[in-house]
Formats: sequence, structure tokens, C-alpha cells
Amino acid sequence: MGQGLTSEAKRGLTMVSPPLIFALLLLAAPLLTIILFSFWTQDFLTINRTFTVENYTEALTDPLYRTLLLRSLRIAGFVTLATVVLAFPIAYYISFHVRPERKALWIFLITIPFWTSYLIRIFLWRVILAFDGPVNGTLIELGVIDTPLPWILYNANAVVITLAHAFAPFAILPIFVSLEKIDRSLLEAARDLGENAVMTFLRVTLPLAMPGVLAAVLIVFIPTVGDYVTPRLVGGSGGTMIANMIYVQIFDLSNRPMGATLAVFAMLAVTITLAWAILHVRFWVHLNDRVGGGLAGLGLAGAAAAVDIGILWLILRNGDAWFGPAGTLGVMAAIMAGGAIAIAIFLPKGRWGL
Amino acid sequence: MRMRPLALFAGLYLLFLYAPIILLPLFAFNDGTVIAFPLQGFTTRWFIDLANTPDLREATGNSLIIACSVAVLATCLGLFAARAATRYTFPLKGGIMGFIMLPLVLPEVIVAISLLVTLSQLGLTTSIYTIILGHTLLCMPFAIAILQGSFSGLDQSLEEAAMDLGETRTGAFFAVILPLVVPGIIASLLICFIISLDEFIIAFFLSGNEPTLPVYLWGQLRFPARLPIVMALGTILVALSILLLVVANALRRYGLRRSGQDDSGGFL
Repeated sequence: MGQGLTSEAKRGLTMVSPPLIFALLLLAAPLLTIILFSFWTQDFLTINRTFTVENYTEALTDPLYRTLLLRSLRIAGFVTLATVVLAFPIAYYISFHVRPERKALWIFLITIPFWTSYLIRIFLWRVILAFDGPVNGTLIELGVIDTPLPWILYNANAVVITLAHAFAPFAILPIFVSLEKIDRSLLEAARDLGENAVMTFLRVTLPLAMPGVLAAVLIVFIPTVGDYVTPRLVGGSGGTMIANMIYVQIFDLSNRPMGATLAVFAMLAVTITLAWAILHVRFWVHLNDRVGGGLAGLGLAGAAAAVDIGILWLILRNGDAWFGPAGTLGVMAAIMAGGAIAIAIFLPKGRWGL
Repeated sequence: MRMRPLALFAGLYLLFLYAPIILLPLFAFNDGTVIAFPLQGFTTRWFIDLANTPDLREATGNSLIIACSVAVLATCLGLFAARAATRYTFPLKGGIMGFIMLPLVLPEVIVAISLLVTLSQLGLTTSIYTIILGHTLLCMPFAIAILQGSFSGLDQSLEEAAMDLGETRTGAFFAVILPLVVPGIIASLLICFIISLDEFIIAFFLSGNEPTLPVYLWGQLRFPARLPIVMALGTILVALSILLLVVANALRRYGLRRSGQDDSGGFL
């Protein structure tokens, strides 16, 4: 390259510069500002600009923040799982069983609810799941239950159900796109070589669809961790999440630095959790392949997963006694990030685009 | 016949997706003040009450100003980015495009609080202008995704032919390329309009004392007596969104057909 950009590169950069500058001013600069803010403190209305890690110490130590953060991650995890597991068969049905000229219509039908008033949709879930709502009504009518179910509204379950509804298209579309890309002759080849339908699905279709599943996981997990409306409307006190606390800090307690800290804290937690999950799946798959797959491979990968998750679980349970109250999350983050970085360095990108 | 259970599942799933939208008009036309079953009979009085709510008129005005401005701004910025991404290769292209598309996955709360803190630090008060800026940031990735679809189907030789015939690069763009992507542009305008009209979190954080429709709606959700009116308003909003979507989708497909592409379906 040396001196230079080709005229094409220059034209491209000029062309992309207005949106880029806009995004730098309205996204990058504000994100840097809240990172800066998170190291300041606020006393009533005056911002104290002395650099301090006080907010982070508080965020790591205070059991309330920890509970909210872990709950947000857990709810987002369940939402992701539910959304992807429910979305896959739909994407598969549209891609493999719907006539080609009808596919666009199906995809359009699936995206319509997503574009209609978010607030109203979530509010209506409160009506649907209510004590005297249609779900309980139908179940009682059918004789499945005698009294309304207490666990479907004003708790974390309600948040999971409602968010799984809100993010459905985000999971269906990427999975559908990756299923559409599969060369159908590969499936015929698998059948010709003697695989049955189930094994063809497990060994050909599913692995080829994994990039779409991965995209779906990312696009559902990241925004759900920071959802504000759903926990407020259907979560009750047991379903409150980190975004609600960020709002309280900023508007009710006028503590902007703490709000900023919690926002940065949540972003860090999401990044580390996803990096840990994705890279550890790469590691487990690698172990499975190393011993030639089959039952031995599954066993080895499962054992490795159990050890990885077990260590984190132990620290979460007993960390306060071992590392002090601020240490638990810090040590967990260090182990998760360290493991992810080690895998990223030493293991090449494997199957599934992981 | 192995696909039977799958088709059944697809049907149930659609029911799950559409459940709130099916219930909404039921309550909007229900002659009862409680949003619960059983229904009480048909009435249109909630819609009449709606027309007599002055606060609502103000919120609607704010929302329309914001949504129109956002649609134009986000589509213009999206045109630059989509054109750059489909026509040129340049250094750091993946990184730059990824960064511009970032608001698509970033939690809205994070975008909202960082904008709020930054604006107040600069001494700016929140108003509909700050909401416009925030919504434009949020809508830009959607505009880019739609416009990239339109641009990527174009035959580059069309532009070359125009330039061989004496047009300048800019002239060729306006005379040849732009007319071909008009359906994409209109689809992008409509989608950005819908997203902005419906967006709550950023508007909630940045609205100050100029509420948008969703912010107004959120305030009303606290008053049980106002809920039937909220349902009526929601019905109108949903009907409007669906109407605009059908138009946007028809235009997008028309554009794709004209440039000879297959319709892969969906806006994302």
C-alpha cells in the first residue's frame, strides 16, 4: 500500500464518511463519555471529576447490583435458548417445506408483529398471562389446572415468555437465511450414502445451519440483557433487571456516574459471557473431534464442559469467602476472559463458524 | 407425511406471534373499563374519547415530526453507507460497516443513557431534536440493510455505460443508479418512519417535556381507567404500521423484481 490508497479506496472512504462521522459523534463519543463518567462521582447535582474506582467497587460489592446483573444474564440466557429452540423448527419449515413462491409471504407474516407497537405488545402479554387472562382461563376450562397458575406473571418467567415473543423474528431470520444457503444436493448425497433422515439432519443440515444459529444467539442475547420495558411491565419485583436499576440511578437517585458504571458493567458482562460461551464451545467441539467424535467424543466434551461450568459455579457460590465480596465477580470475569483468550490464541477457528 | 407435526407447530407458533395483535382490537372495541375477559359488548366510544384528548394531539404531532425527520436523515445517511459498502472496497471496510451497524444489537438503554449523559454534559437540553438524533442513529442500520439489498442487485455495467456516454460519475449516479433504487429508498423511508414512531426507550430518556406517542402511552399505562383508550390508540398504531409495512414490502419486492433479483423475503 505505502503511499497509498487507490482512487477507489479514496472514493469509498469519502462515500462512507458521512454515516461514519455521524456514528462516531453519536455512538462512539457518548460511549466513551459514559466510560469516563463511570470513574467520577456525583454529590447531589455537582459532578466530582476526581478519578476513582469507587463506583466499580460498589457495583461489584453491593449484593443488589450483583443479583440484578446475574439475573439479567440468566433471563437473557433463557430467552435466547427459548427463542432459538422455538425459531429453528419454524425456519426449517419455511425453508424446507414451504413452496418457494410462498416463502417471502411467510417471512413477511413472521416479521409483521415485530414492527407493531412494542409497548402495547408487551402490555398485552400482561393481559394474556393475567390471573383472569386467556391462558389461565383456557387451562381451567380444559381441566388441566384448578386454580390460576401463580408462576406465569410478575416474575422472571413472564419476562422470558414475553421477550421470547418480542425477539422471535430476530432468531428466525438468520437461521432461515443459513438454511436457505444449504445446497440441497448435499442432503441427497447423505441419503444416497446410507444415512437415515435423522442422521442426515444431525450431520449435514444442523452443522451447516450453525452460523445462522450463532447469529441468532448474538442478536437475541445482547439486547435482551438490557431490556427495560418488559421487566417493568410483567416482571414484578422478582423480574427486575439491570436496565431498571440504571434508570433508577439516573432519574430517581440523580446518580449519573453510578448509572454509567452499571451500563459499562452490563456491557462488560455481556461481552465476557458471550466470548466465554462461544470460545468454550469451540474448545469442546475441538475435544470431541480430537478423539474422533462418537460417544467418546461426546463424553469428553461433556466432561470438559462440566468442569468449566463447575469451576464458575463453585466460585459464584463460595467466592465471597475465598476472595472477599468484591472478588467473586472479578475472579469469575478473569477466569472466563482468560480462558476465552487462551482458546482464541491456541485453537484455530473450527466448525460452525465458531 | 413427516411434515405434518411441523406444519402444526408452525400454525401454533403463528398464533403465539399474533396473540397480542389479535387481542388488541377486541379490547379496543370492548364496552368495559377493565382489560380482561369476558368481553362486555361492542362500543366505539374509546375511539371518540381518544379524539377528545388534547395531550394526545401534542404527542402525535411530536411523533410525526420526529418520525418524518428521522426517515429522511437515516435514509440519506444509509444511502452513503450502502453505496460505499456495495460499490467500493476500502481499508477497514468490515470494521467501519460493523461499527455503523452496531446500534442494531446494542441494548437501547446503553445508547439512550450515553446520549443523555453526553448531551447534558454539553449543556444541551433534551427535546425533540435530541430524539431525532438518537432515532437516526438507531434507524441507520435498518436503512443500510434495505438499501444494500437494492444496490447489490445493480449491474455495474449500467453505470460504466453512462460514463462512456459522457456522464460524470455524479451525473451517472443521479441519472442511472438512483432511479433504479427508488423502491428501496421508499421502503427505507417507511421502515425508518415506523421504527421511530414506535421507539420508546430513547424517546423516554431524551424526551424532556416533549413526549412522543409511546412516551405518552407509557404514562397512561399507570392509570387503569385510561387503559381502554390506550387499547384504541394501540389499535390505530398497529393498523397504521401494518398498512405501511404492506406498502413498503410491495415496493421492495417491486424493486427487486425490476433489477431481476430473487426475493429472499423480509427486511433484515
